[in-house]
Amino acid sequence: MTAQSTGPATAAGTTKRAFLELDELMVSFQTEDGVVRAVDGVSFALERGRTMAIVGESGSGKSVTSQAIMGLHSRRAAKITGHAWVDGVDIVNAPDAELRALRGTRMAMIFQDPLSSLHPFYTVGKQLVEAVQAHGEVPKAEARRRAVTMLDRVGIPNAARRVDDYPHSFSGGMRQRAMIAMALINNPALLIADEPTTALDVTVQAQILELIRELQTEYNMAIVLITHDLGVVAESADDVTVMYGGRVVERGGVDEIFSRPSMPYTWGLMSSVPDMQADRGKRLEPIPGQPPSLINLPKGCVFRPRCAYAQHVPDGRCDTERPALTPVDDGHDARCFLTLDQKRTLAVKATGTEEVA
Amino acid sequence: MTTPNLTDAGPQSASTPVGDVVLRVRGLQKYFPIQSSFLRRTIGHVKAVENIDLDVHAGETVGLVGESGCGKSTTGRTMLRLLDPTGGTIEIDGRDVTNLSMRQMVPVRRSAQMIFQDPYSSLNPRHTIGKIISSPWEVQGVNPEGGVKKSVQELMARVGLNPEHYNRFPAEFSGGQRQRIGIARALALRPKLIVCDEPVSALDVSIQAQVLNLLEDLQNEFNLAYVFIAHDLSVVRHIADRIAVMYLGRVMEITDSDSLYRSPRHPYTKALLSAIPLPHPSMRGQRERIVLTGDLPSPSNPPSGCVFRTRCWKAQDRCATEIPPLAEISPGTSVACHFPEPAKDPVSFTPPQG
Ligand SMILES: Nc1ncnc2c1ncn2[C@@H]1O[C@H](COP(=O)(O)OP(=O)(O)OP(=O)(O)O)[C@@H](O)[C@H]1O
Ligand SMILES: Nc1ncnc2c1ncn2[C@@H]1O[C@H](COP(=O)(O)OP(=O)(O)O)[C@@H](O)[C@H]1O
Ligand code: SF4
Ligand code: SF4
Ligand SMILES: [Mg+2]
Ligand SMILES: [Mg+2]
Repeated sequence: MTAQSTGPATAAGTTKRAFLELDELMVSFQTEDGVVRAVDGVSFALERGRTMAIVGESGSGKSVTSQAIMGLHSRRAAKITGHAWVDGVDIVNAPDAELRALRGTRMAMIFQDPLSSLHPFYTVGKQLVEAVQAHGEVPKAEARRRAVTMLDRVGIPNAARRVDDYPHSFSGGMRQRAMIAMALINNPALLIADEPTTALDVTVQAQILELIRELQTEYNMAIVLITHDLGVVAESADDVTVMYGGRVVERGGVDEIFSRPSMPYTWGLMSSVPDMQADRGKRLEPIPGQPPSLINLPKGCVFRPRCAYAQHVPDGRCDTERPALTPVDDGHDARCFLTLDQKRTLAVKATGTEEVA
Repeated sequence: MTTPNLTDAGPQSASTPVGDVVLRVRGLQKYFPIQSSFLRRTIGHVKAVENIDLDVHAGETVGLVGESGCGKSTTGRTMLRLLDPTGGTIEIDGRDVTNLSMRQMVPVRRSAQMIFQDPYSSLNPRHTIGKIISSPWEVQGVNPEGGVKKSVQELMARVGLNPEHYNRFPAEFSGGQRQRIGIARALALRPKLIVCDEPVSALDVSIQAQVLNLLEDLQNEFNLAYVFIAHDLSVVRHIADRIAVMYLGRVMEITDSDSLYRSPRHPYTKALLSAIPLPHPSMRGQRERIVLTGDLPSPSNPPSGCVFRTRCWKAQDRCATEIPPLAEISPGTSVACHFPEPAKDPVSFTPPQG
């Protein structure tokens, strides 16, 4: 592993930081209509070799968070505070040159739309070769050899021949693989995957997720997996962060979150998806209403306007006070005023999850 | 074109007839010409839909599933004559509409409507919601009882929109609300059948559940029939009474939803279902996934015999030479395969364990 190419681990300080650590990250945008607080104090930690899933409805701040980790926001358009430490470097305050060096070597990103990172006018091979050469003195022949190996690795048939094809001649699934090859060709330690399989058929999705897991083991990558598909989360994540209105509303280990979801928004997400194991006729229980505007957040609990459980909290607290993220269990936190007891009993009713002792 | 006898029972595949047949297609084909860039000569055809037989009854939902490009949307659009069929016959509400002109189709559209995936592009951005929802009446020259505005507002209320937003424009609505507008428009003429092409695919799960519940309620209220196209197999299982699985323009299997998921009989169905992620982390590693090797063949040059044979792990010599017909192999279940999977006993079924 090529470790400290990123300069002295300046701010490593005295406390041991996780490989990826977000600390009260805030991102806001000034728009015509007002200030959009897209990410409002998000914190989490992720070590290498592990996968953190971020789930939540569209507009909850998932992509803005991941772009901040990659240092992709323009400093003019976005106001960013807090910290996003990647291997000891604070992305929020790092100079652009350092960010560029980090991207593509220590961290890489894959998107929902592969064409957004593959250029239509260049062959897949040329783009891979450039990605290799951008980060070190590698002879062309050697870079090309690595390109073919990587394409082969991600399961492109006839890689040695297809390396000279243009992206448009690849099928959707092959483009997704080519983009993964591009992201991984420099063995990054951190991979951010923003809805990597949302546009794909289940058959291709299964292959891509398996591929990502294999490569994760091989390179000991930390992965941030953004998805709205709870099945994908159940299958691939170690930890889960649920976002709503730019905040973390629940987080914990994947088993905890699925067996003991602890606040009404998470319950709502779970009871909205048809359960393949349940009786077919069972009616879905959607979350009523729509996500809030991030310009005018509701007073009190941000989820209050859609929450069916606020009457269980005394004194109308949900209407006036913002709940803090508080522990439910070891490493499991939720942002909700309900008591621990209520969180447990109401969850069983809301989602049909049986508590696993 | 030869017109087969439509009153003939035909290869009826599924024995859950709920009500009258509102849509009947036989031998439906849709080919798109491939033109050379030079001289625009036709040099081949994309065989998007090949020989589809289907009956849809009042009050039932038939799901169409299959991988991207397998011909679901083309089937849906051709059945409603939004595309001209290359072959076969289409009967809507008892009337053969295969060869009707677009003008003759106008009254037929009262009984058969369509809603689309993209709630953004399917609504004219310059028209108010009131105008959009009432447009089918205008086209049909219908004067709804109680006046246009009142009727539109009733429809808006019925699909969960605020009737006061009658004069707003599509841009002022969220994705889920726009899909409700599309549903209200489709309902305006009180159709018997709605073809829904990926109606919830662009929506968040919470909003998706709202729209699915709405579709179910409307079905019960108006005895609507749906053809429901989607690639999300858990959504289709939830909403459909029967499901047709498509591959390369053909139906590989059609059966009731419970049987399909419990005991898939066609190898392709089995492979498709095995790719669905299991819904709980405790089930990790319990899935026996069947990995399909190779790419989807081109629909302009499909394999001989069984079109699935290039990716089928059960393929034998016979599969390359003989097209397997879609044949009823048990009551209500039809499969196009020479060597279908054995049926699983419904009683002994438990979710996959290790
Ligand atoms: N207007 C057209 N001209 C030429 N080919 C077309 C046309 N419309 C569709 N096709 C082709 O017909 C086949 C079936 O397409 P169709 O859109 O029906 O697939 P689908 O099953 O709806 O896929 P998806 O899940 O991606 O929506 C594809 O090969 C497609 O490329
Ligand atoms: N460049 C930008 N300028 C203004 N608002 C933005 C910008 N990027 C994102 N937003 C807003 O931030 C919020 C969160 O967006 P995003 O992170 O993309 O959500 P998602 O969770 O769907 O990925 C949304 O309200 C979005 O409209
Ligand atoms: S704090 Fe109150 S409004 Fe917010 S999620 Fe909990 S019960 Fe609902
Ligand atoms: S007919 Fe043959 S190739 Fe086709 S699905 Fe059946 S076994 Fe496979
Ligand atoms: Mg996003
Ligand atoms: Mg389609």
